[in-house]
Amino acid sequence: MWVYEKKLQYPVKVTSCNPTLAKYLIEQYGGSDGELAAALRYLNQRYTIPDKVIGLLTDIGTEEFAHLEMIATMIYKLTKDATPEQLKEAGIADHYVNHDSALFYHNAAGVPFTASYIAAKGDPIADLYEDIAAEEKARATYQWIINMSDDPDLNDSLRFLREREIIHSQRFREAVEILKEERDRKIFF
Amino acid sequence: MNSKNTNQKSYVPYHSPYDPCPPIGKKFYSTPPNLYMGFQPYNLPQYSPKEALMKGTLWPAFYDYYENPYEKRR
Repeated sequence: MWVYEKKLQYPVKVTSCNPTLAKYLIEQYGGSDGELAAALRYLNQRYTIPDKVIGLLTDIGTEEFAHLEMIATMIYKLTKDATPEQLKEAGIADHYVNHDSALFYHNAAGVPFTASYIAAKGDPIADLYEDIAAEEKARATYQWIINMSDDPDLNDSLRFLREREIIHSQRFREAVEILKEERDRKIFF
Repeated sequence: MNSKNTNQKSYVPYHSPYDPCPPIGKKFYSTPPNLYMGFQPYNLPQYSPKEALMKGTLWPAFYDYYENPYEKRR
């Protein structure tokens, strides 16, 4: 069960009406290394992982939904009052004819979200290594979006999200260490 | 970051005389602090709660500000 707080994890401000940036950001919404994929991946894996790290997957999976909500807000703000003509210039006319300015789970190239973006192998090490890789890929994606963006307020929020990916990666790495260590093993003579 | 590790690395990709685009020069990649930390040590210095909420981490040792590395070269 979840408790919803009706506020964003970090403020989302957008300086200029720039639907082109929305086109890039949708990668983190419905893309393979996006926030939706992350949330679903962790919240699903937690049923078949040792007890010691279930809570970590619950916490991080939950936070990913808070990030998803921030990305949604960014995309919404960037396209809110854009005319069809502006959306066309931004290269998202094909999105418009299907969805108007509604959000949808697809990546920056328009490929719809699929469950094959995520994995659950049932092997704790394999799954945690996948999670670490996912965090690093999401971090890199944020870097590429920041490199493409000239919106200072938007970049500020993106930097926050990138920093969270670093922390999540750190925690998954620690989870691997917890599962590897033999400190509590009984020694028989 | 408090260690000797840098959080950004670069390399110069080979540029053939037949490559059509002008050479990009350096390619950059991030190597953030989490790659070097292992288990987080106890009693690391902390930001104030308010500052931590804005930075995205409670510990300066994990903070890694990112700027487009290709922009400052111009």
